[in-house]
Amino acid sequence: MSDTTDLPAAALDIEAWTCPAPVRDRPRVVMGHGGGGVLSAELVQQIFAPAFGGEVLAQMGDAAVLSLGGARLAFSTDSYVVRPLFFPGGSIGDLAVNGTVNDLAMSGARAAYLSCGFILEEGVELDAVTRVSEALGAAARTAGVEVATGDTKVVEAGHGDGIFINTAGIGLVPAGVDLRPQRVVPGDVVIVSGAIGVHGVAIMSVREGLEFGVEIKSDCAALGGLVDAMLAVTPDLHVLRDPTRGGLAASLNEIAAASGTGVVIRERDVPVPPAVANACAILGLDPMYIANEGKLVAFVPREHADAVLEAMRAHPLGADSVIIGEAVEAHPGMVVARTGLGGTRVVDLPIGEQLPRIC
Amino acid sequence: MKYIDEFQDPELARRLLDDIHATVTRPWALMEVCGGQTHSIIRHGIDQLLPKEVELIHGPGCPVCVTPLEVIDKALEIASRPEVIFCSFGDMLRVPGTGRDLFQVRGEGGDVRVVYSPLDALRIAQQNPDREVVFFGIGFETTAPPNAMTVHQARKLGIPNFSMLVSHVRVPPAIEAIMSSPSCRVQGFLAAGHVCSVMGVEEYPELAERFRVPIVVTGFEPLDILEGVRRAVRQLERGEHTVDNAYARAVRPEGNPAARAMLEDVFEATDRAWRGIGVIPDSGWRLSSKYRDHDAEHRFPVGGIRTAEPAECRSGEVLQGLLKPHECEAFGTLCTPRTPLGATMVSSEGACAAYYLYRRLDMPTTTAREASPVV
Repeated sequence: MSDTTDLPAAALDIEAWTCPAPVRDRPRVVMGHGGGGVLSAELVQQIFAPAFGGEVLAQMGDAAVLSLGGARLAFSTDSYVVRPLFFPGGSIGDLAVNGTVNDLAMSGARAAYLSCGFILEEGVELDAVTRVSEALGAAARTAGVEVATGDTKVVEAGHGDGIFINTAGIGLVPAGVDLRPQRVVPGDVVIVSGAIGVHGVAIMSVREGLEFGVEIKSDCAALGGLVDAMLAVTPDLHVLRDPTRGGLAASLNEIAAASGTGVVIRERDVPVPPAVANACAILGLDPMYIANEGKLVAFVPREHADAVLEAMRAHPLGADSVIIGEAVEAHPGMVVARTGLGGTRVVDLPIGEQLPRIC
Repeated sequence: MKYIDEFQDPELARRLLDDIHATVTRPWALMEVCGGQTHSIIRHGIDQLLPKEVELIHGPGCPVCVTPLEVIDKALEIASRPEVIFCSFGDMLRVPGTGRDLFQVRGEGGDVRVVYSPLDALRIAQQNPDREVVFFGIGFETTAPPNAMTVHQARKLGIPNFSMLVSHVRVPPAIEAIMSSPSCRVQGFLAAGHVCSVMGVEEYPELAERFRVPIVVTGFEPLDILEGVRRAVRQLERGEHTVDNAYARAVRPEGNPAARAMLEDVFEATDRAWRGIGVIPDSGWRLSSKYRDHDAEHRFPVGGIRTAEPAECRSGEVLQGLLKPHECEAFGTLCTPRTPLGATMVSSEGACAAYYLYRRLDMPTTTAREASPVV
């Protein structure tokens, strides 16, 4: 041990010292619990799942796939607490539709109906509520989904952040479609449907008042049509993920862990637009961990990869699709990036939130 | 930013690597001083591509890592006060003090805000005249000038509710402390380019001469680092020990005179404890007596806070290049980014975290994966 302070060693009281980091020892929620990384997973595994029980929840997918009345139904819910309410390329209304529609799409289902719950803060301007609602309605029409039921609550001023929205959605999973990380096998090809990190950087630029030279617009979009185009090539896609919180790194890690295969990606093939790369370089963030709202990552059997890629590129929301890597037998459960210079590094699941680095 | 791509060009990297491989005839140990360089080396896998004879030792150049536990505890105490808005760069929020971090203080109701510039904190002070706004001013010579400018502005504009908790550190005294250690293995330094862009290179020739080590001012992109290694190795192979500026596009010999004048005005040298290393004489800056009104340590009753560090954590030896992160018994078991014993595992620039995140694949010590599906 090195004597690490200017105190005499006798003053060290190791018995009294406890490691501050494990979340299970934290008495309160921290922002990292919502970051889509390790802390979020622990919250679910240690508190929610044991309390709720149930076999369906154990699937832990973006959407639950249920058998009901002879049909296979995908069911998903998501809450939206984005600040600011309006950002380049969209609004909380767009997100509230597209986020849930995309969660359903990742199970192969075309969203049919949504519920929409508004939690409004006392004092928020009705004009903002109107604009958000109009954006939500327009996004629903674009996505081909109907808002079928809803709810409104108002909380006292200071107890909300203007507008919070929860949406839940249902849709039918087509016959022969079975999208689960457990189906991934070594040799599967990893495809990303376009540039990553765009939504997160767009939000950051307005939230923090940061300028990155060019305006970056969110990629917020409903992916049901793109998924349909992929399934038209083959229903035998293995898994799809919508890399929102925690970014591409979190999605790849979830799939690697749940499938028990390793994942190798070629860093130079991961599509990072210059504006995102610049923003991340300035802030000391990694684009792999930045949220997306209109992208998917697919694990596709090798024999179908070229045809699926072609179909994706023929769709407006997949025009920049690219193969970035593959599933492998080595290092099960681990995602490894081959760096541009020829080295390798582990791409881990984020702990909580990514934090801007000091230098 | 096309220049970034150019400084990551694989073909040029290959040529530099070939040159290094061709030059090396025996083992050499180089220390990269800056945490940003450590991060870049591990992230791009540069250490795997160098000849096995060239060992890179990760130095104490991550400001988050070397901020003493005692200072973190003072920050936690100040940030917990109801009248305070505590502003910090993001990566300090997760550094554990004794028993908690700034994230937890925020979870307990403390007003802790991430800012991207100390001037943001000054603006918050102007907007909240009835609150005490404190900025956590840490870092090397790189972050010191904007912090100095902010305190100067607070005085000039008469913003009485702004203060700064200062824990600045300087590179040259750290190099001196490392080289003076009897167990020192370092034979050459890659000096931190951004620090030199402020301070210039005037402090280094004396160190290079006294300790007979080459010191190469080096940037942060992969090609910068490879060029720094190439020049350091070349000097070592020739038995030379001079100061060489391999980052001339950013570093002038005299540095940035305006920034240095600002530092001279606002700060004064002080002995500073480095987390994991101990006290290094004259290695830090504190606010000079002229600016004492804006010194958070004087404004809040934190003078009595004294903190010891956990015995299991060997980050001090890591920071001095005496131990590789994975050679620590706690690495990857007791100590992970999820359960960090010391700051070198907390900060993304810390050598231990960098090894854990990017190199666990090759490590003899690996942990059961903590990853799991997230809903």
